[in-house]
Amino acid sequence: MPTIAELGARYRSGEATPTEVVESYLQRIETLDPQVRAYVTLTRESALAQAEAAGKRLKAGRPLSLLDGVPLAIKDVICTNGVRTTCASKILENFVPPYDATVMARLGAAGAVMLGKTNMDEFAMGSSTENSAFFPTRNPWDLARVPGGSSGGSAAAVAADLAAGALGSDTGGSIRQPAAFCGTVGVKPTYGRVSRYGLVAFASSLDQIGPLARTIRDAALLLQVIAGHDPLDSTSTDVPVPDYPAALGQGIQGLRVGIPSEYVIEGMDPEVGKAVSAAIEALKGLGAKTEKVSLPTTDYALAAYYLIAPAEASSNLARYDGVKYGHRAAGGKDLIQMYGRTRAEGFGPEVKRRIMLGTYALSAGYYDAYYGKAQRVRTLVRRDFQQAFERVDVLACPTTPSVAFKLGEKEDPLQMYFCDIFTIPVNLAGLPGVSLPCGFTQSGLPIGLQLIGKPFDESTLLSAAYAYEQATPWHTRAPALT
Amino acid sequence: MRMTTDYESVIGLEVHAQLLTRSKMFCGCPTAFGRAPNSQTCPICQGMPGVLPVINRRAIEFAIRTALALHCTVNAGCRFARKHYFYPDMPKNYQISQYEEPLAVNGWLEIEAHGTTRRIGIERLHLEEDVGKLVHEGTLETARASLVDFNRSGVPLMEIVSKPDLRSPEEAAAYLKTLRAILMYLGVCDGNMEEGSLRCDTNISLRPRGSTDYGVKVEIKNLNSFRNVQLATAYEGERQSAAIMSGQIIVQETRLWEADKGKTLSMRSKEYAHDYRYFPEPDLVPLKVEQRWVDQLRTTLPELPVARQQRFVTQYGLPAYDAELLTQSRALADYYEAAAREYPKPKIVSNWVLSELLRELPGDDEAALARCPIPPRNLARLLALIDGGTISGKIAKDVFEKMYSSGEDAETIVKREGLVQVADTGALASVVDQILAANAHAVEDWKKGKKQSLGFLVGQVMKATQGKANPAIVNQLLLEKLPKQS
Repeated sequence: MPTIAELGARYRSGEATPTEVVESYLQRIETLDPQVRAYVTLTRESALAQAEAAGKRLKAGRPLSLLDGVPLAIKDVICTNGVRTTCASKILENFVPPYDATVMARLGAAGAVMLGKTNMDEFAMGSSTENSAFFPTRNPWDLARVPGGSSGGSAAAVAADLAAGALGSDTGGSIRQPAAFCGTVGVKPTYGRVSRYGLVAFASSLDQIGPLARTIRDAALLLQVIAGHDPLDSTSTDVPVPDYPAALGQGIQGLRVGIPSEYVIEGMDPEVGKAVSAAIEALKGLGAKTEKVSLPTTDYALAAYYLIAPAEASSNLARYDGVKYGHRAAGGKDLIQMYGRTRAEGFGPEVKRRIMLGTYALSAGYYDAYYGKAQRVRTLVRRDFQQAFERVDVLACPTTPSVAFKLGEKEDPLQMYFCDIFTIPVNLAGLPGVSLPCGFTQSGLPIGLQLIGKPFDESTLLSAAYAYEQATPWHTRAPALT
Repeated sequence: MRMTTDYESVIGLEVHAQLLTRSKMFCGCPTAFGRAPNSQTCPICQGMPGVLPVINRRAIEFAIRTALALHCTVNAGCRFARKHYFYPDMPKNYQISQYEEPLAVNGWLEIEAHGTTRRIGIERLHLEEDVGKLVHEGTLETARASLVDFNRSGVPLMEIVSKPDLRSPEEAAAYLKTLRAILMYLGVCDGNMEEGSLRCDTNISLRPRGSTDYGVKVEIKNLNSFRNVQLATAYEGERQSAAIMSGQIIVQETRLWEADKGKTLSMRSKEYAHDYRYFPEPDLVPLKVEQRWVDQLRTTLPELPVARQQRFVTQYGLPAYDAELLTQSRALADYYEAAAREYPKPKIVSNWVLSELLRELPGDDEAALARCPIPPRNLARLLALIDGGTISGKIAKDVFEKMYSSGEDAETIVKREGLVQVADTGALASVVDQILAANAHAVEDWKKGKKQSLGFLVGQVMKATQGKANPAIVNQLLLEKLPKQS
């Protein structure tokens, strides 16, 4: 299974054509996706048309970019002009956006091919993809287990090689956690690095689109295309985009790596702890200097997140009311009943839970105690990281406290929320984070190492991850699917 | 019953002004009124999944200019916030508005009412987006379907909230009139209350005269004219007064003004008041307003109505009443000044503008004057024709009407219709003779000392000459020819 970088090289040398590659991906999806169920929508026809066009450009020696003709999977929370975008929710089951998200426009301009839209937890709320209104996605390493979430479809597609790379979105860990569970690379860029225009909002101040790929170089190639200021997103930042792939070779001699002491918690899977410790040793061996740092407000981050994210979600999801698009319940006597029934039928239990939490947190008389206080905690979390980054260049820790669990295993929502305990503070602070494979459990399940960087310093983050990846064999392993 | 003197009204106004920006508050759609439903919309103002707002810089500029004209403090930083409630005309089911950190605060404007000038405080000025419009098939009660038109959704709205400084319905109307004039002078709003470009809600409570506490306030919505503001606040003041007198308690509520019934009706009480769940809009970064920008905008402020009114009194020697009417709208004042430059008898120009011109024009706003078929220069030349003795003042009024309907200038009409005044003494003398012969009884009355007979005879001569005779010469000839009064 070639990487994106390898595919590009084969295209340019004429060794392969995008049409052949896209056809073989479509064939592979047909064979394997009934087991994995990564995709909710396949765009076979347009994928073949895009591949053909890319082939002509490559043949003429005028490819649009290093991604020209590269087949990708797109999380179904990113709006695609003319292609159903469901957010894995019944309420948007038949919603066809009349416009492209900025990242889609950028991928399109780079010549990338979209194979289809991937499954996810409904409205990106969840950590297992079991909250999809349609069906759960399975972990390619063990089909009895979840792929993580909410970008579980994208992570599973990449891990099972049902796409060369993918886009996901990350609000509290939704790229990094499934990347860890599926043994792929997942990058959550700095808040403001990638345009959110066309990303169906879950929690606006936390959401960020990012790539999932099999290697750090592939992730860098994808990030290169989607990053940058967008006049349509006021929260995207006008900071120049460096050449990410070019930064990869620079090595990590003297890199200061901080080890947050709060990121070792009770109940953590010992195999995860061991693999992460070994990864830190490996970084040292590559020339990095490690030191312990403290992020004392970590304990409060999860609680703050579960006020801020639902509060914003309750507002963002208010527009799904049956009036303009999406599902409308039949038989309502009046407007209020139509609203009530539409939302009762259209949203799943986790989405409803968060709308209720968020509505409560914003209500008159409770705002200061909940939303207001959570925002103050957020400031403290951010300050913790700022202080740590005065001494170190990147932080290293586990991506998740455990490896992929079995479908149906976590029934208590709180247990599920704990899956994101190491990823959530990164979103609260708006920092870039990457998860990459750092080993396997004895039963053969992938373990993720999380590296966290300074704002807009994805280059350092990616080059550290690349140095580790190149020194270890983990990224060369693939799940055995037939 | 009339309101007793024991209580006074405490009134505050919330005015919503649609801004005259070309594009909407948070997207690039046009703002023009009266286009085909949903023809001026995009995914952003339709509230599609995934869209994001981007602030219209021009709207901020208009709001800052207004804030400066109203002597407000423009905050160095402000924030947008989401205001939540469900209604089908609002595509996101929240409105992007401003809450804790408005664009500007603490201003004032001066109003004239009851023969005095009073300074009314402005609490705050902020920006928000307008909602769409519902179109019901038939009436709201019987409609089988309702449709939504999002053309208006996202049009920039500026909300200006007064302090509760107004004390009478007349003051409330004067405040609205003054504010509207300022907005129109600034060119930020067309002031059209019928089309809803300017909307007004009022808050009113009563308190014992001399008290500094506030009573329970009632909000009245749906006031779309000065008259309705005055009538509704007067009605509500009396309703509350009657209620208090009969021992009832005023409840905090929102009432709707029903203009045709001339009364307010309860819409919702406080228990059903919305919890808007405001929180800072996470899709927009806090807005920094640089002092340099504010200073630069201050230099672009036009002369405002009060200043212009005062100048009209001193520069043109106009009565205060004329000056006030002429300066209500910038377009009318501009028209007046242009005509007065060409024909430097300011009071005469004022008479013609206020009586003849305003009778013909559909309004005094920019749109009405832009379509006025008589340019100021043509009015000035018409007036010059009277001065030169070419036509009489009476004929001039007919000529004016013809100018208005045809758009032609005065000279063309006077020449074509042969309206040039007859000032030829010889020709007029024979007409005078005929009239005297035909009205012997009037001559007799004159002889007996009845002075009105002269006016009657002048009128007869004018009639005989179809108004073309020079009245001064007719007068003179008649006096020469009439017998001496006894």
